[in-house]
Amino acid sequence: MTASMANPLVAEVAGSLAIRARWRLPEIVFWLAALATIFLLPGRHLILTEIAILGLFTLSLDLILGYAGIISLGHAAFFGLGAYVAGLLALHAIVTEPVLALVVSGACAAVLGFATSFLVLRGSDLTRLMVTLGVALVLREVANRLDWLTGGADGLQGVVMRPVLGAFAFDIFGHVAYAYSLAVLFVAFVIARRIIYSPFGVSLRAIKGNPLRASAIGIHNSRRLVAIYTIAAGYAGIAGALLTQTTAFASLAVFDFERSADVLLILILGGIGYLYGGLIGAVVFKLMQDWLANLTPQYWQFWIGLVLVLIVLVGRERVGNWIRSARAAAGLLLSAKRL
Amino acid sequence: MSCKEFLRTLLLAGAAALLSQAVSAQDVVKVGLILPMTGQQASTGKQIEAAVKLYVQQHGTNVAGKKLEVIVKDDAAVPDNTKRLAQELIVNDKVAVIAGFGVTPAALAAAPLATQAKVPEVVMAAGTSIITERSPYIVRTSFTLPQSSVIIADWAAKNNVGKVVTLVSDYAPGADAEKSFSERFKAAGGQVLEQLKVPLANPDFAPFLQRAADAKPDAIFVFVPSGQGGTFMKQYVERGLDRAGIKIIGPGDVTDDDLLPAMGDAVIGTVTAHLYSADHQSAKNKEFVEAFKKANGFRPNFMAVGGYDGMHLIYEALKKTGGKTDGDALIEAMKGLKWESPRGPIAIDPETRDIVQNIYIRKVEKKNGELYNVEFATFEAVKDPGKAKK
Amino acid sequence: MLTILFDGIAYGMLLFVLACGLAVTLGLMNFINLAHGAFAMAGGYVTVVLVNRAGVPFLAALPIAFLSAALIGAVLERTLYVHIYAKSHLDQVLFTIGLVFMAVAAVDYTMGSRQVFIQLPSALQGQFNLFGIGIGKYRLLIIAICGVLTIALQLALTRTRFGTRLRAAVDDPRVARGLGINVNGVFAVTFALGSGLAGLGGALGAEILGLDPTFPLKYMIYFLIVVTVGGTSTITGPFLASLLLGIGDVAGKYYVPKLGAFVIYTMMIVILVWRPHGLFARAAAR
Repeated sequence: MTASMANPLVAEVAGSLAIRARWRLPEIVFWLAALATIFLLPGRHLILTEIAILGLFTLSLDLILGYAGIISLGHAAFFGLGAYVAGLLALHAIVTEPVLALVVSGACAAVLGFATSFLVLRGSDLTRLMVTLGVALVLREVANRLDWLTGGADGLQGVVMRPVLGAFAFDIFGHVAYAYSLAVLFVAFVIARRIIYSPFGVSLRAIKGNPLRASAIGIHNSRRLVAIYTIAAGYAGIAGALLTQTTAFASLAVFDFERSADVLLILILGGIGYLYGGLIGAVVFKLMQDWLANLTPQYWQFWIGLVLVLIVLVGRERVGNWIRSARAAAGLLLSAKRL
Repeated sequence: MSCKEFLRTLLLAGAAALLSQAVSAQDVVKVGLILPMTGQQASTGKQIEAAVKLYVQQHGTNVAGKKLEVIVKDDAAVPDNTKRLAQELIVNDKVAVIAGFGVTPAALAAAPLATQAKVPEVVMAAGTSIITERSPYIVRTSFTLPQSSVIIADWAAKNNVGKVVTLVSDYAPGADAEKSFSERFKAAGGQVLEQLKVPLANPDFAPFLQRAADAKPDAIFVFVPSGQGGTFMKQYVERGLDRAGIKIIGPGDVTDDDLLPAMGDAVIGTVTAHLYSADHQSAKNKEFVEAFKKANGFRPNFMAVGGYDGMHLIYEALKKTGGKTDGDALIEAMKGLKWESPRGPIAIDPETRDIVQNIYIRKVEKKNGELYNVEFATFEAVKDPGKAKK
Repeated sequence: MLTILFDGIAYGMLLFVLACGLAVTLGLMNFINLAHGAFAMAGGYVTVVLVNRAGVPFLAALPIAFLSAALIGAVLERTLYVHIYAKSHLDQVLFTIGLVFMAVAAVDYTMGSRQVFIQLPSALQGQFNLFGIGIGKYRLLIIAICGVLTIALQLALTRTRFGTRLRAAVDDPRVARGLGINVNGVFAVTFALGSGLAGLGGALGAEILGLDPTFPLKYMIYFLIVVTVGGTSTITGPFLASLLLGIGDVAGKYYVPKLGAFVIYTMMIVILVWRPHGLFARAAAR
């Protein structure tokens, strides 16, 4: 280690990585705004909790899709496993403190991720899609079969959540649930951010860009892919556990194909590969869906479909360009004010 | 008019609007209707929504001096959605009653909320026995599967059916139906040769029907969710099981009024036990079916009548409490209510808050060119057998 | 037991007709068309309307279902899809899922949410017994039609000029263009054909699989399984894959009903792990 540290090139690279990893103004604004919603929007905490959980779930998918190029249609497998583990831990009073249960559920999901990671290493995009989907569907069937444990199609009944950290009890208005979910999301995000900006994260991008070249310069592709897949699975498990803990309920719907498909949609919508895509996508999608469903409870799917089609036709790059020019204009405004 | 006069009128109009808002806000009773309007159970949601709309249109929105408002939300039969929507309705919209619940997990998911917030939960569709036990605020106007399964077991035992194979969908209501049927049937001296469970998603009934046929029973007891009855009957007929002398018996979901007109003549003669037939011979039902058909273009089914009666229950309870929306008062008012529904006489059991109704044995026949479940035997005031034993 | 084999073959053939359009589109244009099920649904509903309301005989309605789905496919291809070819796979997924949502809601609005049934002619209902095997008449029709179609497709692919051009375009579009083959034209015709086949499959499958507005979402998984397991570079690949899956699913549910639903998914995972590019794929020169 000392020998390589002495090398000025290494120091330079480490320096540039550190610069990239610095927190930027829009990021700080984003998180401050999120924090503000706890106090400014008390009536919307229920849907905001859902958005936070969805955001964390999408973030976990971004880790493998955006940074490692693994496309998955079965990410709900880890989400669901985390959800049920958390529910069972609470139901049978094995681990009653929610944060600890959260960590345990995430760990279980990570183990499953590790076990199934070998399935996604080979094959084309389509193969990965189907294999991951198959795993999720098999898991759903297992959960349905083991109804003495999981409650089957009725869902896990009688879950009662103890107060978070022994002090904050879950209330019917969802205030504690939201603060809790947001806190978990933030912590998870910060950790993911560290990982992405570390040399490990950069190597993942190399693998995604050109696997052959990456392995040629000595990066052990499979090992790193397995590592990120495991981590992403753990994150998804944590998101699932959050869902169970904030709703005191878990049902087979956590394994549904629709859930995996939705999260893939949201991630593509928000943009892959920059971590915030999942969060922004979750906010936009969920709010839009809620608004449309209130307008027309039966046919909201049509309008969502139309929005998706239009977005693709118009082109996400064009939308990105609009956002970039808006940001530039805002930047000009700010710099003009400073003068 | 002059500018001043115009502004004054505007101010007055605005004040009047605000005042009326303030006044009406106090005098509005909101009902949160959570239904699967999209997804595989969408037809259930549609039937119930149509029935609720019909009831409100027929009886007006003025109940006990208050204005009733129905808020419809789609949960797509996903229990997580149901829970969140129920929570939002209770906390944000301040509904007095939550109603609907197209599937058992949805009704169960909302139960803890009903208890915590002391809000009555009127179950209009879900059919598993234990639902009403999950919260003292749950009242049911739909049905329980054991009600029908037990009756058909009785009928079968008395009508030369000795050996039966049970074929049910692999989820809680299916298990409920199968269990109550088998217990009663075996107690009456019948034999259950085999118990088959069909996966809920993608039912190609061919292998299961083949297996059932191979066991050579007198009849197959069938329960599948209301959307799949048609496919099942078609495949049953395709294999020629009706000609091999194997009858179909079971709860009426398999000849659901919603799908029956399109099933084709092959299902004529099927005997089922159920709570409602669009053909039920009563003046009230004729009126109901006509009005429903006129408004919607399709026939009401047993889900619709659950919705219609659910609204009636809410209206009557409000009248009894004089418009008070206190949860405990409403529940007390609902217990023991009896009335004439399009399906026949029904009542809410004061002890279990579950529905007590007639179960009819019916046979599929063609009337005026359309297929109907024609009732030929009635079992009166059937309570939910799952609870009656205790 | 042979009856189960027969049922499995019929089910598999049906899956093949439904999925082969998707296999060709994916293999030829490298385009993930998740809206494929919507074309099948369109064909199914067209048949329902024709047979139930207009009194057209079932067998006559089948080619009309094929043509109408092909027409819809051709129109959509020229107007919408053509803009999406150059975009990434993820954009294609987003776009086609959006289309499916629109199709599902539109059909729900126009035709209602309940399941619909086709009034089959009585000649097609029931079974007859052949050497102790119960042969369902309708399933026999499915096997017959799909068998003929498969042979026709295989012949078209290998013996006609169009087929040769198609195979060339699949193997290497750039070189094919360089040789003067109108690759875009081949795309358009193939897409229309694939959608038409889906429509036909939808019409045939309505009786067995059940037709309602959520059809595309319910069965998309099965089409994808067939295409992935069978590979996208041949017709025989998906054909054999669908047979395998059809028989496996039906036999699994008959012999081991407790494990019924597991069989098809586990089979798929095992096959894909053993042969990641599908059972019969050649590595395409892309």
